[in-house]
Amino acid sequence: MNSAATWPHETPDADLPLVVRGVTKHFKRRGRAQSSSGRRRVHRAVQSVSFTVQPGEIYGVIGANGSGKSTLIRILSTLILPDQGEVLVFGRDALRDPASVRPLLNRVSADPSFFRAMSALENLLFYGRAYGMAGPAVRRRSAELLARLGLEREATEPMTELSRGQQQKVAVARAFLSSPRLLLLDEPTTGLDPRSKRTVQRFIDDARRDGVAVLLTTHDMDEAELLCDRLAFLAGGRIVAEGTSAELRAQVAGTDRRPDQVDLEDVFMAYTGRSIEEDEEEDQPVEVGQHDPI
Amino acid sequence: MTRSEELVRRRAPRRVALGWAFFERQTNLWKRYWAWELVWILYGLVNTLAITFIAKQAEHGGLVRPAAVPRLTLFLLIGTLTWAYLSAVLDDMSLVITWERWEGTIEHTFMTPVSRTVHLVGMSVFGVVHAVVRTAVIMACALPFFDVRFAQVNWLEVALVVAVGSVSLVGLGILTGILPMLYPERGVQMSFMVQALVLLVSGVYYGVDVLPGWLQAASHLSPATFMLRGLRAAMLGGASLGGQLRTLAILAVFGLVMVPGSLVVFSAAERWAKRTGRLKRQG
Repeated sequence: MNSAATWPHETPDADLPLVVRGVTKHFKRRGRAQSSSGRRRVHRAVQSVSFTVQPGEIYGVIGANGSGKSTLIRILSTLILPDQGEVLVFGRDALRDPASVRPLLNRVSADPSFFRAMSALENLLFYGRAYGMAGPAVRRRSAELLARLGLEREATEPMTELSRGQQQKVAVARAFLSSPRLLLLDEPTTGLDPRSKRTVQRFIDDARRDGVAVLLTTHDMDEAELLCDRLAFLAGGRIVAEGTSAELRAQVAGTDRRPDQVDLEDVFMAYTGRSIEEDEEEDQPVEVGQHDPI
Repeated sequence: MTRSEELVRRRAPRRVALGWAFFERQTNLWKRYWAWELVWILYGLVNTLAITFIAKQAEHGGLVRPAAVPRLTLFLLIGTLTWAYLSAVLDDMSLVITWERWEGTIEHTFMTPVSRTVHLVGMSVFGVVHAVVRTAVIMACALPFFDVRFAQVNWLEVALVVAVGSVSLVGLGILTGILPMLYPERGVQMSFMVQALVLLVSGVYYGVDVLPGWLQAASHLSPATFMLRGLRAAMLGGASLGGQLRTLAILAVFGLVMVPGSLVVFSAAERWAKRTGRLKRQG
């Protein structure tokens, strides 16, 4: 794991893959969440979140379901407009000028979403072209990525014929196809078998070696420990702790314990007052169309 | 030039290629869902036959003179085929959002570096080509059932009316495509309602002059009214050059207003969807 201390602290914004300053997003909830007075309740999805991702860094955001990770990723992906704050991708304003940052970033979400009747290659052809790549270049790069992911034989099969793990690997191929400089990975290994999980994690690690900056959201502490250079714990839409794994463990260990006697689950409990499983159990799913902005 | 500017410039995608991405994707989907295409062609054919046979019934029942039957047959045929064309374009455009929500791809598509104009133009070009092919197949299958004479048809005028009219239809299609973005659960039904209103006021199976006054006034808001007027004039004969030019000019104005207007409204709706978190998958 790299140490945060090795990153230049005075890097200008234009060279920083991602700068997030004071990002806040609230929604009004309807339906079940409506209060007894009939007024819509405010759901504070993301609150004053600020952080920076350095070139070649894997920055992990850990939180339970409903902690604001996916809303944050959607804001960074230019799919949700925050109420407040600033998002800069290589110095460009992602909120005011999203078109200028989109060629630089790509994303893997927890749920691999594709045109199900089309094959992996046909899907990749569409997304490659949508990122301005020529047909032959997309086919060449797709074949190379799918081969690295062990999916040569499945390339021309309809997506419906592929397993969940295989579909997620195609989602990884889609994200890498456009050679992004900033990767937004929203729980990319959720639901994968251990072997597929290792393959995807190796891909992410290789991307870091190639200088790609990665924002990785996860609730898998082992994965965070394995991959992330720095970590932020998100609870109730706020970053409650940030640092390298060693720094965070040392802070929680205090003077009573050695840092190696503390794991990231202990850190999570120390900063949020609950385990990640408890947070997940209390989480309520939110349907499309139930939200309105304030 | 800063590093980020250089990165963006190097990756600045070509617009035509980006538009082609959507055309090619829709073609691939169309190939994969060929059985559905057969269903829609069969549905369109049955609809065309069911309505055009009314002309034969009118002759059989003595409602019209035998000499007027070929003209009535062609009148109804123009209506049914135009409706098949129009609904194919509107359906394809209303699926811009709905299909992507259904597949779960909407977020990935909307974060690609494709401008919404290029995205919608790519989808529109596919929609028009798709509608032309589907309507041509329905027409080819329906014609053997009827005694239709095309001697008086001015095919150049037909092509001009379809070409100019299609631009305004695309504008209407983009507007109906906005509804599923604003209303994820009811938007599709709402776009069907718009299609139903267009069917009523545009005089698809009758001239708009048989409608009550207030519906006649509403018919002027539908580009389909003028497309049908132009097609009937070109195919049934008796059109003056001045009248056709006026119809084409009205269709051109519809296109010039509706396409940029619908793009502006679509962008505003997309921005609103981003503020409210509605721009995400469903189900």
